[in-house]
Amino acid sequence: MIDDRPEWTVICPLTRLDPGRGVAALVDGAQVALFRTAADLFAIDNRDPVTDTYVLSRGIVGSRGGVPIVASPLHKQAYDLRTGDCLDLPGVAVRRHEVRCRAGLVEVRLRAEA
Amino acid sequence: MRESQLVVVGNGMVGQRFVDALRARDSDGRWRVTVLGEEPQPAYDRVRLSALFDGVGAAELNLHTPDPRVQLRLGVPVTGIDRNRRIVTTATDEYPYDALVLATGSSPFVPPIDGVDLPGVFTYRTLDDLAAIRTHARGRRRGAVIGGGLLGLEAANALRLLGLATSVVEFAPRLMPVQVDAAGGALLRRYVEDLGVACHLGVATSALRPGPDGSVAQLELADGGRVAADLVVVAAGIRPRDELARATDLPLGHRGGVLVDRTCRSADERIWAVGECAAVDGTCHGLVAPGYAMAETVADRLVGGTATVPDADTATKLKLLGVDVASFGDAHSTTPGSLDVTFTDPATRVYAKLVLSDDAQTLLGGVLVGDAEAYPTLRASIGQALPAAPLALLAPAGAGTGAAALPASTQVCSCNGVTRADLDAAIAGGAADVPTLKACTRAGTSCGSCVPMLRQLLDAAGVGQPRGLCEHFEVSRQELFDLIRVRGIRTFSNLITEYGRGDGCDICKPVVASILASLGAGHLLDDERASLQDTNDHFLANLQRDGSYSVVPRIPGGEITPEKLIVLGEVARDFALYTKITGGQRIDLLGARVEQLPQIWRRLVNAGFESGHAYGKALRTVKSCVGSTWCRYGVQDSVGLAIALELRYRGLRAPHKIKAAVSGCARECAEARGKDFGIIATEAGWNLYVGGNGGFRPRHADLIATDLNTAALVRLIDRFLMYYIRTADRLQRTAAWIEAMDGGLEHLSAVIVDDSLGLCAELDAAMARHVGSYSDEWRDVLEDPARLGRFTSFVNAPEVPDPSIRFTEERGQQVPARAEDIENRQPVGLGMPQVPR
Repeated sequence: MIDDRPEWTVICPLTRLDPGRGVAALVDGAQVALFRTAADLFAIDNRDPVTDTYVLSRGIVGSRGGVPIVASPLHKQAYDLRTGDCLDLPGVAVRRHEVRCRAGLVEVRLRAEA
Repeated sequence: MRESQLVVVGNGMVGQRFVDALRARDSDGRWRVTVLGEEPQPAYDRVRLSALFDGVGAAELNLHTPDPRVQLRLGVPVTGIDRNRRIVTTATDEYPYDALVLATGSSPFVPPIDGVDLPGVFTYRTLDDLAAIRTHARGRRRGAVIGGGLLGLEAANALRLLGLATSVVEFAPRLMPVQVDAAGGALLRRYVEDLGVACHLGVATSALRPGPDGSVAQLELADGGRVAADLVVVAAGIRPRDELARATDLPLGHRGGVLVDRTCRSADERIWAVGECAAVDGTCHGLVAPGYAMAETVADRLVGGTATVPDADTATKLKLLGVDVASFGDAHSTTPGSLDVTFTDPATRVYAKLVLSDDAQTLLGGVLVGDAEAYPTLRASIGQALPAAPLALLAPAGAGTGAAALPASTQVCSCNGVTRADLDAAIAGGAADVPTLKACTRAGTSCGSCVPMLRQLLDAAGVGQPRGLCEHFEVSRQELFDLIRVRGIRTFSNLITEYGRGDGCDICKPVVASILASLGAGHLLDDERASLQDTNDHFLANLQRDGSYSVVPRIPGGEITPEKLIVLGEVARDFALYTKITGGQRIDLLGARVEQLPQIWRRLVNAGFESGHAYGKALRTVKSCVGSTWCRYGVQDSVGLAIALELRYRGLRAPHKIKAAVSGCARECAEARGKDFGIIATEAGWNLYVGGNGGFRPRHADLIATDLNTAALVRLIDRFLMYYIRTADRLQRTAAWIEAMDGGLEHLSAVIVDDSLGLCAELDAAMARHVGSYSDEWRDVLEDPARLGRFTSFVNAPEVPDPSIRFTEERGQQVPARAEDIENRQPVGLGMPQVPR
């Protein structure tokens, strides 16, 4: 079986990410929002699908009913960091991407699915 | 079903209430309604008419909502009723009816005094009356009111608000003779005279005399006294408008009014009368609550119901600039054998009387002057056993028992006839807060005096008003503030571990960030606090719709040198920022990307600018007019004060934004009354107004203190702001904060003027700490590499500008490009650097 998925891209040292805050990254020309929570790393599209604006990395990170979320800084819709689903608008979602920490470096691999 | 014609004559408060009540009940559309109104405006809240002189707009008094099923004809006086042909006639038209409802109200009684028709003499009933009074008052100095009853005192207050030295002349030996007894009247007089209103009691006005210009100049009194007045309001009572009934030979009450029975039906079975024009079993009522009861009764009857009018509720509660007066039930102890329990406290100026049955078991009525807090409970208890011992009920401030002690049959809202049982049923049916309870029972929607009882009933039913901030904290913002302050908590993690649960969210994090900032915890972007800020506070700039930010430097009081203006122009030009003057007298620079912000600030800070906190829930601006330095009319230096205040309170974090203004004279060019705190200069000092705002629901600020010197003014504002910061809810502006406060403006005044809670020293110290610890947030970022590191577009490509932010040109400046201006937004390869692998 051939793995034709894109390569992992090294983004930055883990120490550049503050727990509970996001940053934006460019990965193969795509804008990705990276988040670090107390226990996990998450990567989703930086694009807010409601307003077509690249701002999700600047939202406040938290939880809703135990689900890790980021709230869009424009109109506060919450997105599930694990799946990209919008919790306030059924049917709206952003792409999630793969993210991992290797040797103190954060790496991202884009996912193609919508 | 055949549609029947219903004609309503009159579109006053009761007429409108009748139409609303019928429309609510007539679900089959049985009645086709035509309303003929004499006044050119649709129904308005006549009870609150005086509010027009207190800065309320006429539109806020409107009671009419358009209904396609109701034909409303305004400015159309009815000229006659033909009972045989069942037709109502106007000057131009005829309106056939199957049922006719007279809601013609009453007209002011003008006693036949010599000179009463002089220019400058007015009645006090309609919007037109008030407009005429306002016009005539311009440039005049003295006003007088003939009549010291409820309406007369309202009018006297209105003349005061128009700036006239005001006198009241009342024939009876006391003010409000219908509502209060001699002792209550005497105390009321002291209050009213302290407000600067001269009282001439127990004396008739014998004539009005003109001055050289032909309009009124003086009142001559029957005892030989004279009162100078170049504007006179006659408020000597009302007479029912029964002339249409009279002309068509309908029987009238012996003191006028269309004679009707307890169903409000006249001698002609097709004609009904409601409100002030109706004499129910011979008696007319000049209050709105009995009128509303009549309106509901007729509406019910017209759809086949069996309602009758209950005994009229003549309870009254009046507030005249802080003086509470209430009167209810048998206020004058006319019931044989009744017992009076009275309470007088000359020190706090409180008088109260309860009238009890001969066995001292049943409450019959009462009078309250100076403190009417017990009014809702007492009014609801008339005819019932006392809910507590008389002295417990009368003791001031909260010692009384609340609505929870009332029996189920008690009418809690007398205006709308809502009983405790009705409210309990609504609460059991799911009404969980005051607005819902109001909407589903109509309780509290007229005079509002029972709203505190609605809250008590909700509490008693265990439907505690949700106080928790969000799923992570069960406490309110105020409680959180106190926890953080008293326990000295400095981090969100400690707080949520000890007093909350989970990870926090976009609701509680900014609240805690704001509280920590208010308590002086250090720079917004240091340590864990950075992750609590919303994006505006995180980038110290305002996020715009396209993902770019705006920059607003502080321009205190709106005063700026030409050199600084040139710097703003140069910076805007060099960074291609869209430039606009704001409503707060400063300049907004829009369209900056995050990585540009520090570069822009550096230029601004070097030129002497600092952050304007346009991005924060914080003090925004203190706007000013040019004041006495330049203006021909200015009486104080409004610019100087505005600058001093803006510099004092800059950077102060609060539950919501705070706006302020200073006007140099009563012309109010700075629009200070539309602000959270507004100052208007007087010859003697400054008047302070609090609780105003523009926005979605505009509200004028209320006067809280007058003729202050600058030091006293600043001290009061210090306390106002700190008390607000400590106790308001999240995102609650000062107006809503004061409205929601138990006791409202009076309570606020007691806390910050009289120090009733003993808090003032703490509030003063807290403000002193703020003033002493201020530093410019922009400069603090520029001087710290760690903070500067946050201002990057991409963590792995900090030199690449966000390619999604694009502009187009409009009127010579750059504005965000719309989707149609951009063919291909994503992905963008433009200027892409090599990304490290």
